[in-house]
Amino acid sequence: MTFRLTNTAKTYPDGTRALLSTKLTVKNGEIVSLLGPSGCGKTTLLRIIAGLETPDLGSDIWFDEDNVTSLPVERRNVGMVFQSYALFPNMSVRANIGYGLKMQKLSKPEIEARVSEVLEMCQLQKFSARAVNALSGGQRQRVALARAIAPRPRLLLLDEPLSALDASLRESLRDELAVLLRKFNITAIFVTHDQDEAMAIADRVAVMSNGRIVQSGTPEELYRHPNSAFVAGFVGNAMRLDGKCTGSILTLEGGGLKLPGEGSGHNVFVRAEDVRIDDNGSLCGQVETITFLGTHYRIGIKGITPNLLTSIFVGQSAPKFGQSVKVAIKPEALILLPAGEI
Amino acid sequence: MIKSKTKILQLTVTLTACAFLFVPIILSVLAGVTANYFQGISSGFTLKWVFRVWELYADSIFLSMRLAISCLIMTLIIGLPAAYGLARNPGWLSRLLEEFISLPLAVPGLALALALLQLYGSMKGFRASWTFILVGHVLYTMPFMVRSILAVLASIDLKTLEEGAATLGASPWQRFRDIVVPNAMPGILAGALTVVTLSIGEFNLTWMLHTPYLKTLPVGLADSYASMRLEVASAYTLVFFVLIVPLLMAMQWASARAQRISQ
Amino acid sequence: MPLLIFSIAFLALPLVRLFLASGESEAGWAIYLDILRKPRYLNTLILTVLVSLATTFAALAVSTTAGMFLSRNRFKGRGILLSIMTLPLAFPGVVIGFLIILLGGRQGLINQITPGHVVFAYSVIGLFLGYLYFSIPRVLLTVMAAAEKLDPVLEEAARTLGASPFRVVIDVILPGLMPSLVAAGAIAFATAMGAFGTAFTLATNIDVIPMVIYTEFTLSANIAMAAALSIVLGIVTWALLLIARSLSGTTVAAGG
Repeated sequence: MTFRLTNTAKTYPDGTRALLSTKLTVKNGEIVSLLGPSGCGKTTLLRIIAGLETPDLGSDIWFDEDNVTSLPVERRNVGMVFQSYALFPNMSVRANIGYGLKMQKLSKPEIEARVSEVLEMCQLQKFSARAVNALSGGQRQRVALARAIAPRPRLLLLDEPLSALDASLRESLRDELAVLLRKFNITAIFVTHDQDEAMAIADRVAVMSNGRIVQSGTPEELYRHPNSAFVAGFVGNAMRLDGKCTGSILTLEGGGLKLPGEGSGHNVFVRAEDVRIDDNGSLCGQVETITFLGTHYRIGIKGITPNLLTSIFVGQSAPKFGQSVKVAIKPEALILLPAGEI
Repeated sequence: MIKSKTKILQLTVTLTACAFLFVPIILSVLAGVTANYFQGISSGFTLKWVFRVWELYADSIFLSMRLAISCLIMTLIIGLPAAYGLARNPGWLSRLLEEFISLPLAVPGLALALALLQLYGSMKGFRASWTFILVGHVLYTMPFMVRSILAVLASIDLKTLEEGAATLGASPWQRFRDIVVPNAMPGILAGALTVVTLSIGEFNLTWMLHTPYLKTLPVGLADSYASMRLEVASAYTLVFFVLIVPLLMAMQWASARAQRISQ
Repeated sequence: MPLLIFSIAFLALPLVRLFLASGESEAGWAIYLDILRKPRYLNTLILTVLVSLATTFAALAVSTTAGMFLSRNRFKGRGILLSIMTLPLAFPGVVIGFLIILLGGRQGLINQITPGHVVFAYSVIGLFLGYLYFSIPRVLLTVMAAAEKLDPVLEEAARTLGASPFRVVIDVILPGLMPSLVAAGAIAFATAMGAFGTAFTLATNIDVIPMVIYTEFTLSANIAMAAALSIVLGIVTWALLLIARSLSGTTVAAGG
């Protein structure tokens, strides 16, 4: 199904504008992530799409050729995975998954067959008779997903589906979720505040800030060509190099840096993995913090920018605390964005 | 040493209190099945007083049961949607309404009965019918039903569960039937048992509201205490115990269960 | 909402009517002053408060001791003791009155097993015992609920700091229980003030407020005074239970 939403906004009775006029299109079978910090309006947008919030007048939501703007949630045929899963404690795993099918008034054997099929896809056969309270966090998450997709919804919505899990489990389930969603071949929108999660699961990411979609594109596009300081910072944690541009030279506290083009009127950003400690580097600084992270070190260097400049160091002999180091950054690794934007 | 001394003191107090509470119950049960209580147990055991009670007061027992069941139905019909509404719309208005309907818990039944009599006493048909007593009972038991359900509903994330059901295609009525009611069940059960137990034992309101032709079990008890010989009064009390004690135990079990769930 | 309609029709309006009725006698609103001015009502008020206070303290003493004992010790028969002590929760006041008669009436147990002629059921002592019978289970449940919530680690901490068991009771347990004790006391007091059933069976010759309300209404047809006394009584018990609830967060059924 192709999903289309235009001119959609949400203003609360107290005047708070949770969502400014927004446009979003999701192609058939595409998985789109709404990524942003808490309070950016991503959950509001998802709830509007589901039909759980009423958007402001003038909003338009289309499922293929159907205008569903004024359709109540129970008639939109969407599947939703809630942050807290919202599994019904009064029903078994099987009954939870079968509930949506029961609402579609399918016959008993049909429901049985479909539930069994979904249980198998999600590897939940063992738990089908269990009470939902007797499940682990990861199992609950899969039941919630199974319940949402069992009625074959036109659109699958996921609200922070992994945030209720602990960190170690989250990573393995993230990859599993990506595989499952592809297997279902379903159009899906999911909300997250975790950029790794968005990048791992989504075909396309829409970054949101202050009630607006600020940029939308594939993970690679967002990473390589952010259109704003916010996106550069939120996706891939780019650091701003605060200095003075003259022509294609950026002058920082710790030395000069060659830019890929004309720099005046621009802010310059760089990512930690592009900051290399190199004896031939043009910048000079002093090691302030060293964090060993197994595969690499994170090294905080002072004296180059007003804040610490972080560098990822891969190798055996990391510099020591207080040591003076030279730093090199390739011109093509620098991100130039027009100044004046936040 | 000190510790065991305090323990003995505590045990003594506990046992004395138990005796104080329990011995009269035993006395009343014994008196109800003794042929002649004045002569003592040596006069032999008999069930004739119980049969006598049945002859005299069977009506009052049936009226009490009818009242209890009607009261339960009324509190369910009014209380369940109300508790649901209060749970879904928390706020100062809901708090106020809850506080208001809880007034009959705090204000003595006598005062409430007087108030009802003042306003509706002149409506003869209503005043003389059993529904007048029913109103009193519903008034008095309603807060127990509402609060019992509310406590359970407040402990679950009702809003999200309902949204979950809605995304799966359930209409508001289906959500109420499939999600709200089953999850509120422990509270409904505890509330229902409380309502029935309290209704059967209610005296303060009922005494003021009843008419000579409409005697409930406790009203009949008061009547027998005043005018019947001790054995009949005791046998009647025995009948009351037989009715109320299992209900009380079921109520305590259900309430403890509901409380466990809501924590 | 049906609840709103029901409670306005049968709760709000009647209470307003009751309040208006209290001002309809010749005395007008000064009737509330009469309660304090006329010795009959003033004495009734004082007696009711005294009996209720005595009940409250006796019930607190007995139930706190028993409650602490039952919640801190696990032994055979504990469940039975607990059931016995909570059984009277559902007894109406009339039945409790009758049970006191069986203890202290003319054919009562005490009169039979003691050589002298001991009949106390219809005296203030009988009334006090009846109220006590009523209050023990209610106070007990409140105290036990609070005792279960008391963190045993606090007591252990006090012990490691060198406090004797007696000091632990004074310094840790009682302060921890205090809000619940005040709440339970308020419940006991309010219940005793408003108890009609027990008074109805026992207090044929004693003037306590509920009995006076009843006789004013039925025998003297002094509706205004009955209404005024009801209003005063209702406000007192309501305020007390409000305090109790704000302190302990629980409500045990009043009534009786």
